[in-house]
Formats: sequence, C-alpha cells, structure tokens
Amino acid sequence: MKERFETITSTCVPLPLENVDTDQIIPARFLKATTKDGFGELLFHDWRFDKAGDPNPDFVLNRGRHKGIILVTGKNFGSGSSREHAAWAIAGYGFRAIVSSFFADIFKNNALNNGLLPVVVSQLFLAETLDLLAEFPEAMLTIDLPEQTIHSHLSGRVESFEINPFKKECLIKGHDDIDYLLSRKDIIEAYEKRV
Amino acid sequence: MKTLFDKIWDRHVVDTLPDGTVQLYIDRLYCHEVTSPQAFDGLRRRGLKPLRPDRVICVADHNIPTVNQDKPISDLVSRHQVETLEKNCREFGLTYYGIRHPRNGIVHVTGPELGLTLPGMTVVCGDSHTSTHGALGAVAFGIGTSEVEMTLATQCLLQRKPKTMRINVDGRLRRDVTAKDLALFLISKMTTGGATGYFVEYAGETIRNCTMEERLTICNMSIEMGARGGMIAPDEKTFEYVYGTDFAPRWDAWDKSKAEWTALCSDDDAVFDAEFSFRAEAVEPMVTFGTNPGMAMGIRERIPVPESAEDSERSSWLKALEYMGFEPWEPILDKPVDYVFLGSCTNGRIEDFAAFASIVKGKKKADNVTAWLVPGSHTVAKQIRARNIDKILEEAGFELRQPGCSACLAMNDDKVPPGKYVVSTSNRNFEGRQGPGARTILASPIVAAAAAITGKITDPREIYTYES
Repeated sequence: MKERFETITSTCVPLPLENVDTDQIIPARFLKATTKDGFGELLFHDWRFDKAGDPNPDFVLNRGRHKGIILVTGKNFGSGSSREHAAWAIAGYGFRAIVSSFFADIFKNNALNNGLLPVVVSQLFLAETLDLLAEFPEAMLTIDLPEQTIHSHLSGRVESFEINPFKKECLIKGHDDIDYLLSRKDIIEAYEKRV
Repeated sequence: MKTLFDKIWDRHVVDTLPDGTVQLYIDRLYCHEVTSPQAFDGLRRRGLKPLRPDRVICVADHNIPTVNQDKPISDLVSRHQVETLEKNCREFGLTYYGIRHPRNGIVHVTGPELGLTLPGMTVVCGDSHTSTHGALGAVAFGIGTSEVEMTLATQCLLQRKPKTMRINVDGRLRRDVTAKDLALFLISKMTTGGATGYFVEYAGETIRNCTMEERLTICNMSIEMGARGGMIAPDEKTFEYVYGTDFAPRWDAWDKSKAEWTALCSDDDAVFDAEFSFRAEAVEPMVTFGTNPGMAMGIRERIPVPESAEDSERSSWLKALEYMGFEPWEPILDKPVDYVFLGSCTNGRIEDFAAFASIVKGKKKADNVTAWLVPGSHTVAKQIRARNIDKILEEAGFELRQPGCSACLAMNDDKVPPGKYVVSTSNRNFEGRQGPGARTILASPIVAAAAAITGKITDPREIYTYES
C-alpha cells in the first residue's frame, strides 16, 4: 500500500532548467544502497552541495526562498538512466508532484510507481509559472488528480492534464501494478500455453 | 500493414485492459546489482517467488573493479551490493554470472553474444541501455526497479503501447566515420528528448550494411534521444551472429526459429507515427561539446549556441558550456585531453578494440593521457587476445583492464578527476557522469584513439601521417 494521492495545494520549488537528467537528480555513486531509504538527502547532490559537502547557498533547495511539495522544472525532466532511485530521491525529499512540459518515459513510470505525480502542462503554463515563481515565491498551485486539473492561483490559469486511467486509479487508491498483475496469474498461464 | 515493432508487441499481448493498458509478456529479464536489490526485497515482503526463474539472467557489471578481479572488492559498499545480488540469486534460484565467471560482462554485451537475446523477444532490464538488444530484432527497453519486481513476480508488465518512429539512413558512411558517429549525428538532429514516447526502427541501406556490432551501438544510443527503444529488422547478418551461440536454438529448432524470424520486418505499407530520413554521407566524425548527447557536432565544427529566444533553453545551454570550460563559437579541435576511455555497452566490443588498435598501431600513447581500455565482457577480452590486438595495444603503451561498466558511470574506482577532460566511447556526457566535475567528450573508438595518441582532440583522418 502506498500513500493515497488526491488533491494537493502547495507553494512550489522552481528549477528552470531543461533536460535535467537522472545523474543530476541522484549521481551514480550514490546508487550502491540496497534499500530505498535515505535518497531524499542526496537529491540533486552535486548542485546542492559543494565539493567540501557544504550546502551551496545559491541552489534553490538551500536558498530558502521557495518551499513546497511541488517541483516545477523545464522540459525533458528525468532523461537518461532508468534508475528508480531518482524517483525515490524526489519523493524522499518530500515532493508529491512534478510539473513540466514533458518527462522522459522511464522516469515518468518510475514516478507513478512511487506515488509521485508527473503533471504535463503546456509550454505556456510552464513558462508563466516559472516566471511567476521567480517573482512571487508564495505563488501556489493546486493539482486535482480526480479532476485532472492544475490551477495556478496567482494567474488564475487552469489546465487539464493527461494521465493513464489505470495509473490514476492506482495513485488514488494507493495500489500498485503488482497487486493487479498477481490477481491475473491464470491469464498469464493461459497465454504461455497459447504461444 | 504492421510495423516490425507491432508484430513483436502484438504477439506478447497477454490481455488489454478497458483503458487500453496492455499486459505485456516478457521473454527475458536481465538484472544487475544496482537496480535489483529493492525488487528482491519487494518479493520477500510480499512472500513471492519469481514466476519464471528460467527467463531471468543476473549479471554483476556496474560496480565491479576493472583490475584485481581475483581479489575481494575493496569498496565495501560496492562489495555488499554485488554480494546481495549473488545472495538473491541463490535464494530465488536464478542464473548468476558474477565477477570472473566466463559469461560475465556488461549485461548488454554478454546477453546478445551468448544468444540470451534472440530476434522476436521482449527483453527488459533495470537499465536504460537495454535498447541495445533491439539490434537483434527484439523489443527491448529499460525499466525501473518496481517494474523489475513486477517482471520477477508475474513475467508481465503493464504498458501503454508507445508510438512508432522509423529513421531511415541511406548512402555510405565516409572513411573513419563509424556507427557511433552516426548515432551521435542522429541524436544531435533529433535532440535529446526528440524521440520521447516513441519506439524507433532504424532502416535503410546504411543500416542494412552495418555489422551486428555496429547495429548494437546504434540501438544502444536510442535512449539518448528519449526513445523507449530502438530496433533493426533481423536479416542474414543477425542469424549469422546468433547461430551457434551458447543459448541459440539448435538443429530443427534453429530452422523453425529462423523461418519465424525472417518474417520479422515492417510490411511495405506499414505506417509509422513519425518518420525521418538522413544521408550517411552527411555524417562526420562526431564529438560532443556539452552535457547531453544531443549536444554533438562534427569534429571540425565550432561550438554552436542556439538562437532560441527561450530563456530556459539558452540558460541550460550556457550552463553546459560553462561546465565543460568551453566558449561559444570556438573550435574543439586541438583541445587538450587528459583521459581516454574505450569501453561500455556502446563501444566495448571486439570491433571497437580492433578499430582503436588500427589507429594506435605503430604509434605511442601521449604522455599526458591516462587511458582506460575496458573490454565489455570476458568473451571480448578473449577475442582481443586471440586476434593479438592486446600486443598492438601494449606496444603502443596501452594496458587492458578487466571487463565491466567502469568509467561509463564511474561507480567503481575508474573515476575521472574534477575538471579533467575525457574522450569517452560511452553514451552519456551528463555533468559528473564519469566522476564529480569530470568533463566528458563522447566520441567513436577511432576519435578516442586519435586523442590518445596526440593528447588532444584530433581529426582521425589526420592521424595516418602523425609521427608520435
């Protein structure tokens, strides 16, 4: 059972960069763990900390200007490796949703499998939100999963977003794919006999 | 009117859910030590066992040292992770190719060369470069750890059918232009996210003329344009590559399989969701200058800057150049090089070592260059010795290391120091990929060899007259 996801309203953390790859989200040298714990502290490690391991005061997670459980970032977020550690790190840090104009495929699945909602918005919505956040750190977004809408409080703009219905139900009910697949073992065996 | 992808995909559909989600049967699951431990924990927590253990192959490759493999791994955390995979394989009754096993190697090198991946299969692994296996005419893609657990438990995945794309390449590649250059060229044209949501079939005269190893290199890099996977229709070259491998079908089974595989091609009237065509003659020896594989250019070009007015694109681009220590519009030729890495699932096969050797033969490694030459598997290492390539390399001042993923992602000790430049035959030039602060220039084995000899970025077509 995973945490159920319904509607969230929160201030946001902006990361106005494109093609943020999984090596930036969680560098490979931290992938040696055999559990899912502790990755939140390592999120964006090499941007967040300097060579001596001290917090880099200019990085958004350290600056203290922006807080919240929604990450807003440039297109093609999560490109690169298939490491689910990237989703564990973002969820482990406390984010519940990521807003971008598109996500890398494997990352998107990994996020959904960990109760982390990737919300795909238009370029316009994204650019406007990033601009607003630069000036008004208190700007809030509401993400309504059952209705599949995202609402920017400051601009008043509302957009609907796509999500595959099966994944939506999993997120809302806190189920995962394995629970479902396990209930279909006979269908799997019938397939194996057929081919 | 089906595409190659459709034919294989449709055959593996166990069931389709009302919302269109497909329950897809998986023929082959590969696991490595980095993305599997939490999946095995999941099985234990739920009290499950792998449904089809004979379809699962586990290989240690990411963390392992490339020297002194006969000794215990000195990095205790790495050692624990590798031992965890071994323990999980024992507990769940799975095939395990650990360090020093003759079948050990990078999972995407050893799998195809053993015949564990065959045409027409669905293949997954908790690793984005699983796209490599598509070169055999398989539907192969990377998955996350939750999906590794799903596959272990049910031999199935729930997937949305991706869109299909065909990339046609016709014409002849020029001298000293390799499959790696073609891959980097295609990514630079498509951009690093340009094929997101698609499964790519590579087709055309150039692709048909590629050797199997070249095809593996091209399919390997598919993920770097965001594609779910890449694939090439199997042909006589594929069958020759597979025939006689350890796990290929034999005798009557071979004839039957071959007949089935021969039908695996896109129908003439197949329609793709997107289609692109390129000429092979347009491809130059390529290098990357930024921090994603789409930031690539011909080796004689100047470092470009986008004219885009979009702030986020421009700032990402300039951030990349700053990380690399490059200025807009400057040439990359003659830039000094500190490290050279030959290896990885992209370019760690015998043809890559032969190409590298053909350049360095009779010359000497530059004194300022540290070179790591890492075969992709024990089989490749054996081929290198059998063809006396090790002697050529040795005479030129190079040493061979032991197989593994090595400096491609620097999870072991093969890390490039901060600020240093490495010409690497691997697949990713992300910030810190080859060590914190390391500056990666992706290139072919030939360009890497030329840099290793001169100690700077060098057009390989000039190396033939170079006196070291």
